[in-house]
Amino acid sequence: MNALWFDIAHLLAAGVLVLSLMLLYQDRITAVINVFALQAVVLSLSVGWQSVVQGAPHLLATAFIALVAKGIVIPTALHRIVRKLDVHREVERVVSGGPTMLAGLGLIALSILLVQPVVETADPVAREDFAFALAVVLLGLLLMITRRNAVTQVVGFMSLENGLVLAATGAKGMPLVVEVSVAFSVLIAFIVFGVFVFRIRERFDTVDVNVLDRFRGERREHL
Amino acid sequence: MALTVDTALAVGLALQLLQITLVVAIAPLIMGLTRKVRARLLRRRGPPLLQPYLDLWKLFHKEAVVADNASWVYRRAPYVIFAATWVAAGLVPTYATGLLFSWSADLIAVVALLGTARFALALAGMDVGTAFGGLGSSREMMIASLAEPAMLLIAFAVALIAGTTQLSAIAALFATGDVGVRVSLGLALLALIIVGIAENARIPVDNPATHLELTMVHEAMILEYSGRHLAMIEAAAQVKLVLYFSLVACLFAPFGMAAGDKSWAALALGLATWLAKLLVFAVLLPIAETTVAKMRVFRYPAFLGSAFAAAALAVFLRFVSRGF
Amino acid sequence: MPEVAIGLWCIAGFLGIGVAATILGGRAIATPLVYGATLLVALGAVLLALTTLLGGAAPSTVVLPIGLPGIGAHFRLDALSAFFMLVVNLGAAAASLYGIGYGRHEHSPMRVLPFFGPFLAGMNLVLLAADAFSFLLSWEFMSLASWTLVVAHHREPANIRAGFIYLAMASFGTLCLLLAFGLLAAPGGDFTFAGMRGATVGGSAAALATLLALVGAGSKAGLVPLHVWLPLAHPAAPSHVSALLSGVMTKVGVYGFIRIVFDVVGDFSSWAGLVVVLAGGATAVLGVLYAVMQRDLKRLLAYSTVENIGIVFIGLGLALAFRANGQGPAAALALTAALFHVFNHSVFKSLLFFGAGAVLTATGERDTEKLGGLIHRMPQTAVVFLIGCMSIAALPPLNGFVSEWLTFQAILLSPQLPQWGLKFAVPAVGAMLALAAALAGACFVKAFGVVFLSRPRSPAAAQATEVDGFALTAMLTLAWICILAGTLPGLVVDALAPVARQLAFVALPPQAGLPWLSLVPIADSRSSYNGLVIFFFLVASGTMTAAVVHRLASRSTRKSPIWDCGYPLDSPVTQYSSSSFAQPIRRVFGTVLFGVHETVDMPRPGETRAGRFRMRVRDPAWRFVYGPLARGVLRGAVRLNRLQFLTIRRYLALVFAALIVLMLVVAIWR
Repeated sequence: MNALWFDIAHLLAAGVLVLSLMLLYQDRITAVINVFALQAVVLSLSVGWQSVVQGAPHLLATAFIALVAKGIVIPTALHRIVRKLDVHREVERVVSGGPTMLAGLGLIALSILLVQPVVETADPVAREDFAFALAVVLLGLLLMITRRNAVTQVVGFMSLENGLVLAATGAKGMPLVVEVSVAFSVLIAFIVFGVFVFRIRERFDTVDVNVLDRFRGERREHL
Repeated sequence: MALTVDTALAVGLALQLLQITLVVAIAPLIMGLTRKVRARLLRRRGPPLLQPYLDLWKLFHKEAVVADNASWVYRRAPYVIFAATWVAAGLVPTYATGLLFSWSADLIAVVALLGTARFALALAGMDVGTAFGGLGSSREMMIASLAEPAMLLIAFAVALIAGTTQLSAIAALFATGDVGVRVSLGLALLALIIVGIAENARIPVDNPATHLELTMVHEAMILEYSGRHLAMIEAAAQVKLVLYFSLVACLFAPFGMAAGDKSWAALALGLATWLAKLLVFAVLLPIAETTVAKMRVFRYPAFLGSAFAAAALAVFLRFVSRGF
Repeated sequence: MPEVAIGLWCIAGFLGIGVAATILGGRAIATPLVYGATLLVALGAVLLALTTLLGGAAPSTVVLPIGLPGIGAHFRLDALSAFFMLVVNLGAAAASLYGIGYGRHEHSPMRVLPFFGPFLAGMNLVLLAADAFSFLLSWEFMSLASWTLVVAHHREPANIRAGFIYLAMASFGTLCLLLAFGLLAAPGGDFTFAGMRGATVGGSAAALATLLALVGAGSKAGLVPLHVWLPLAHPAAPSHVSALLSGVMTKVGVYGFIRIVFDVVGDFSSWAGLVVVLAGGATAVLGVLYAVMQRDLKRLLAYSTVENIGIVFIGLGLALAFRANGQGPAAALALTAALFHVFNHSVFKSLLFFGAGAVLTATGERDTEKLGGLIHRMPQTAVVFLIGCMSIAALPPLNGFVSEWLTFQAILLSPQLPQWGLKFAVPAVGAMLALAAALAGACFVKAFGVVFLSRPRSPAAAQATEVDGFALTAMLTLAWICILAGTLPGLVVDALAPVARQLAFVALPPQAGLPWLSLVPIADSRSSYNGLVIFFFLVASGTMTAAVVHRLASRSTRKSPIWDCGYPLDSPVTQYSSSSFAQPIRRVFGTVLFGVHETVDMPRPGETRAGRFRMRVRDPAWRFVYGPLARGVLRGAVRLNRLQFLTIRRYLALVFAALIVLMLVVAIWR
């Protein structure tokens, strides 16, 4: 493979990872959504580039789905939700920024550490994509557990799914059917989340998910 | 034979001296340019480009007012600060690589020399015994402690790619273009910019133009200074800005530098490109500054932490792509 | 006479001085006599160590017919011992010189003088011992001798507590070393180091011995979380002894680790390197964070010792990792960096403790909140203390920077290591080292700024007087060593070459012949540093600028009251104090690590009561390690206490039960 082609593939996949870390850094909901949209765009670029490199045209469809669904539709919808609900612009964190970032870095190191020896023999692009994808998934999870706001949690979930797509393209592409169904299920999940958010809001006048705990009588005092 | 060795040494000495003089001579102009651009962006006319020279001239010729209980540390510190910054700036490759003394300090030593300057500045802030001076010193040292780990990781990432911490060697290698597109380098650049902003007391970490007590760091330390002492510290700050510009240029945009042969044409090209890079950075910096607001003090850890994260990621990603 | 015999005579000399001091009693002449004698003997030992190290003499051994019957006591002087002997006796000589003047202020000299010589003898004995028995015996002797010095000022209850904790930790450390030697000696049953070196120990036993050595020697050196005794015990002693405890005795701990792990165990796996590197990194960062938050000057210095030990262990861990992977030159670099830092730290930490002692005699104060402005009253002490501060803050062109730079160079070589865990851990530790260096800068800006600069915060500080000539000479000598080792680092690296060759099997390339006397640890193209050129440039550019400004522009100066933005207040309370200087760092790093909790009680406008600021800092080592441990022991002790109040019948029953159990054991065993 041409070295430059590899470099660009590497750049784009790493870009997705960097944006995941940026998601962790952001404090405001609108910024979180924007970074998420940017991540989806970079992801679609990465997938598109892979389709050129691997000569797999069906990946273009994946890229297109990622771009339209997660780059445009979902962010727009999320922005609307935020505007409509007039939720706080500032994200309340459960864990403060510094330790979260350090944990994120640790997770990235861990996923590289895990994946590296396992697929040492594999094609370098696939190997890196696996490491990056695992890291993106873990960072998505971390985002979900360190934030209280339902909207940020939705973004965390979506970014987790971005990691899955990245992993799939690295493994010489997955069948389009699977891809479409994953995308579809994510959309369904998004709708469920959306309804969920609206319901919380109606019921408790906030989207802080800790309120749910209080409602169930499980809220501990220090939270 | 002896003659040629002597001429080579003389030429090397001359080139090194040229750099040492240039970084000091040009520094006020670069500072003037950033102020001018910033003023224009804020729709003000702004001071003339050469105003920093005039300011320095005026301060140098004024009487220095020194507090009664100031010690020799207070009076010597400006010269130490200036000397350390100047020596560091003289050792960062600017228009040519492989100058006569370029090997006497690598990236880590250059950063540490700036640390010497900072140490002297912080002590000077403590000397007279005012609340402001102590406040500035204490915050300055906190910022340094946040910036330093990021700086080391930047050095680590660069050394991973170049196989050396010698600035001249790094510049010479990166100038060849063999390195290719590296996401690690991009991240390291981002981290270096953030660290540079913090170290040079620019917005959003510090405001070089303010005297509002609650927000200032650098200005708080030098509040008591006047006359030639103040001029030395101002000059050091200007040289430091040029140093960071040169550092960014040398690590991430080393094209045009005169490398092995030091012919007139190569040197002229090197000088021209270096000046062009400085001008570009001097325009970009105020543009970036006008788009953000000054941060609260206890937001710095997150800001500099992002530099740390970027630099750490640069190192990690470099490990991954090493196999290729 | 072999070199080691001369070394033993020096030790005998130190012991004899102890005896003589006891005989001399509390006479006024005793202080200069004793310290003068130790100074001479220590200088002799320095000379011996230097000739052994630089002369490249073969290791000399001697067996004395004392100690365990049939085994005797083995002593050996090789390059490693010689280097540490140099460090120990250089510190001892400086402390003796300082003591000649400082000792006059001692209010109970009989609690210090008789133990000073034996303490030095104990440290030297550890370095020469070449079998497990004499090693442990000397180790304990050193601990006990130093303990007597720690509790010299026994009227203060805090010192007694410090002595108790020190004794407990020292015993624990010796226990670990004892077990380590037991494991190493097990296969052959040979207690000499030469025998253990020859014997092959199984992998797990070697690993366990390495860990035990890390814990045992680390508790003496001050690795986190075994450091708790150190900041209590070191400041408790008289200042020149504090300097020895902090600057020198911790190095004997480092020596113990190197001797056992590098020399005797000899067989490594790279995970040992990983463990040591991580322990070093954590120690460096935590140590300096503690140091920044201290108010007591001597305690600040003691915590900073913890930090520097961390830096040394980072280098040692890297050397272990490189050596395990057969990367000789890199191992030599890391080891040289660690040993260079050992030397540097012994010099500047002694210097700083001497300075703290000078401040203490001049003002009677260790609390930095009550000092200030001493640069006007003690100008010479201020200069040397400043040099010490700049060295320990790792600022070029002084010596602290060189050893940290070498450590960084070793860290930058870590990508060569094949183990992925190390690949990721070492850059992280590098970042921790950078953090520690930057925080050390903050810590010593604070120490110098609050003690010597600013306005006096108490009448005692305002009326301080300069210390005596002996103390100043001692400090000045150490300050010059800092400058020389910083500007001519190549010579130190060359002197360390025999040690590197002994332990890493290769040495760094010779530095003395390089042009401009620069330092090139690996290759020209990789990295180089030239302290001399930097020093010259700094001095030249600084003086030149000052001369030009004074000649061509203005040199007139006017004295005036403090401006302070137009609101000068006379009260020295309005200055930034030690605690307020540390506040940003405390908030950024301390909230999570130390559970720092600040409460401000501000009276409402119109109220006349004073405002109150309260701060609570919890030491994680006490909170998570020693607190639960102590509570457990106490609970167990309370339970056992009941056994003291039983009736005769029950005691008889106990004895009877024990007898039956023993008989049962014997019956089943057979």
